[in-house]
Amino acid sequence: MSDALNMHYIVDGSDFTTAGEASTAVKMKLKKLGIAPDIVRKVAIAMYEAEINMVIHAGGGVADVSLESDKITIRLIDHGKGIPDVELAMREGYSTAPDAVRSLGFGAGMGLPNIKKYSDEMYIDTEVGKGTTVTLIINLQ
Amino acid sequence: MKVSELCKAAGFTPVTEDAADREVGGVYACDLLSWVIGRAAENAALVTVMTNVNVIAVAVMADLSCVVLSEGVRLDNAALLKAQQNGVAVLSSDKPTFETCVELNRILNCAD
Repeated sequence: MSDALNMHYIVDGSDFTTAGEASTAVKMKLKKLGIAPDIVRKVAIAMYEAEINMVIHAGGGVADVSLESDKITIRLIDHGKGIPDVELAMREGYSTAPDAVRSLGFGAGMGLPNIKKYSDEMYIDTEVGKGTTVTLIINLQ
Repeated sequence: MKVSELCKAAGFTPVTEDAADREVGGVYACDLLSWVIGRAAENAALVTVMTNVNVIAVAVMADLSCVVLSEGVRLDNAALLKAQQNGVAVLSSDKPTFETCVELNRILNCAD
């Protein structure tokens, strides 16, 4: 772990139109570091969806990204309302997003399924009323 | 085929001058951005009527070659700025989404 490159971002939950800034920054950084384009794309998509979720449902939070020799770990921590039924939330098409978000092209119930599809490992630690931590691992090999 | 060649062949109007040399590898049409980011292939041209800043973010994250706005819709100012800042090619088509896709398919298949 001592060789890991760590990045920390604050995700602003007040403005949906700026959501994705942390993911954009991570994408640029990984590209600059010479990480393979297909890996960078997986990280970008998974993290962007998770960041959008955090803004829509939890009013923002923080994102910690750790780059090690064999994997990238992304941990998104919020103190929002939590997910009452994770299994249901994981189902394609299930969404609790408000109409304003839907009109912008999100809230189709694809966020969590997309995150799972583009990450090699995904863990959701959530407690209603306390918040959610989503951990994503993308292998470099 | 490059974005600039596709734009010319289809009679589209360039909205941004960025990424004109980027290769277009297929077409994906959808307005639900979570579907786009989850399913569009890398280097695809995205045909959509969505005009907000998130469509540009999705194009960046999913490594799309360009965004083609159908039906003559226009990007809002924040989206145009984000497209320019991130070097995203945006083209405009006066035709509806279906006709725009048919035209893109014809041109890209001819180029193969």
